Amino acid sequence: MAKIPVQFTLNGAEKAEFFDSGTTLLNALRDKIGDTSPKGGCHQGTCGACSVIIDGELRLSCLTLAETCNGAAITTTSGLSQGGVLHPLQRAFLDAFATQCGFCTPGMIMAAKVLLDHTPDPSRDDVVEALSGNICRCTGYEPIIQAVLTAARSNSQNAA
Amino acid sequence: MELRKSYFADQRKDDLHEIGQPRPRSDSPGHVTGKTAYFADRNLPGMLHLKMVRSPHHHARIRSIDTSEAQVHPGVVKILTAKDVPHNVYTILILIQIGPEDETVLADGKVRWKGEAVVAVLAETERAAQEAAAKVKIDYEVLPAVFDMEEALKPGAPVVNEYHGRNYYLYDSGECRKVRFGDVEAGFAGADHVLEQTYQSSPIEHAPTETTGCIVAPEGNDRFTCYTNTQAMFFTLDNASIILQMPGNRLHFVGGTVGGGFGGKVDVIVEPIAILGAKLTGRPVSFIYSREEEMQISSPRAAEKVVIKDGVMKDGRIVARKVTGYTDAGAYSRHSPYGAQKGAGHYPGPYTIPNVWIDTYCVYTNRTPSSAMRGFGVTIGDFALEVQMDKLARLIGMDPLEFRFINAYRDGDMKAHRQPTEGAALIECMQEASRAANWPVAEKFMAMSSHAKGA
Ligand code: FES
Ligand code: FES
Repeated sequence: MAKIPVQFTLNGAEKAEFFDSGTTLLNALRDKIGDTSPKGGCHQGTCGACSVIIDGELRLSCLTLAETCNGAAITTTSGLSQGGVLHPLQRAFLDAFATQCGFCTPGMIMAAKVLLDHTPDPSRDDVVEALSGNICRCTGYEPIIQAVLTAARSNSQNAA
Repeated sequence: MELRKSYFADQRKDDLHEIGQPRPRSDSPGHVTGKTAYFADRNLPGMLHLKMVRSPHHHARIRSIDTSEAQVHPGVVKILTAKDVPHNVYTILILIQIGPEDETVLADGKVRWKGEAVVAVLAETERAAQEAAAKVKIDYEVLPAVFDMEEALKPGAPVVNEYHGRNYYLYDSGECRKVRFGDVEAGFAGADHVLEQTYQSSPIEHAPTETTGCIVAPEGNDRFTCYTNTQAMFFTLDNASIILQMPGNRLHFVGGTVGGGFGGKVDVIVEPIAILGAKLTGRPVSFIYSREEEMQISSPRAAEKVVIKDGVMKDGRIVARKVTGYTDAGAYSRHSPYGAQKGAGHYPGPYTIPNVWIDTYCVYTNRTPSSAMRGFGVTIGDFALEVQMDKLARLIGMDPLEFRFINAYRDGDMKAHRQPTEGAALIECMQEASRAANWPVAEKFMAMSSHAKGA
């Protein structure tokens, strides 16, 4: 099968790979690039565990073909902490008991990050809406919602 | 929230106040940074992918299996059928002497539920395995199937599982697990009211976010490392050892963080066949359920049917309880004989009833085999019992909470299965609930205690 060359940045670092046509970005990142932070919970666009940020937008990497990502800037949860310091969202998830098995967590954090990037001071409804594409089977969602609201508050305090 | 420590003499003295507080978990730093390693977070060089050919029928005889076309599909490396599995008929609880062995790793001559694994295809890519699986031709003779537990127990019903020879699990006590305490018929005869109700539940899927699976690596010295998200590591190791007829010291099982289980990952389903594939090909093998398989193939919580007949006095005392419980095991035992047995001990509920009669059946039907799920054997029973308690309270015109105080078990009370009650705190919990929910009950109930008789 003909391989397709694809170049993108992942968490700021240049990446270049050859992929089989039809390879999903999820499999490309996990199996070829070695970033296993996006998780495959369904491979059919229903669980949100594979969520990543492509050029500032929240995307499901299981429904995105790697070959369409040429030139893109891709962010995953593994790239959020800088120099060993957790991102405010990561800190808030940690403090609020917002993870249990953790399988949904990277996708949740991606969805929350896109929300806070666009809406720094979200209402509870905004948070619920933003996380509505991400399934968590362990926590019952409430601690996750609280974590996102806490992170938003700590962001605005830092900005002030 | 107030935490009272005065109830139990043996209450630990150190001052814990964690309840109701968020506390960082030790594994959370890995979760929030995406660093936690789940079994599937590895891509071994030369790894093969395993896909199952599954039965489209609920009950059928297998006339023939033709893998010739699948065999030559590009990328296919190995195809496995029942004859390749060293010890193909197994049952997981055999490790604690609960037999007979009644389930096939790969179907042999017959399928007993829709979705049962018949042929395993190993190929270079997931896609090749999937395509080749679609090319396996199986000729079935469809048999009558039974899906309803009461139908399954009727004489003349199709026999689901020949290893049992009848559609129920045979306990040492006979066709069901039995509890007999006092004289239940005399209790009904003396009761002011008798209420019989039937409660039913459907199977429930755990739907963990991470699907069931494993990755197996041959270590080159006839040893195999199995990375798995099983919730039952040693059960899986020992059963794999039996199925593969391979000493346990050749199997190295590596667990780790499980992406949600809820009881759904305690069966031994993916590991033995993946290890066999690795052994016969000499290559790493990945066998991971698709979301569809997780929802349709993995064991759900059993469907249950609970018939409760209670005799109650106008003053609120329950004087007799007769329960017949049915647990739908589906086509194979897995953990269901144990679940049904738990129900037998549990059906009196946290109440002291002088006359009790309980029968619980573990029934075989042509449905997806059920197994463990959070409190299986008692959770559905509790739903049925507490709805029944509300109905009984209504029947005699009594407050439902006061009705429960009257019947609550207390330390020293003999339970129907002849274990004396110890460490009861139901009364104290209900007193607290009465305050917290602002649901007042008469002063005499607030003065009751689980420890002291009287009131
Ligand atoms: S894996 Fe992409 S949405 Fe579930
Ligand atoms: S923490 Fe397990 S799925 Fe969300």
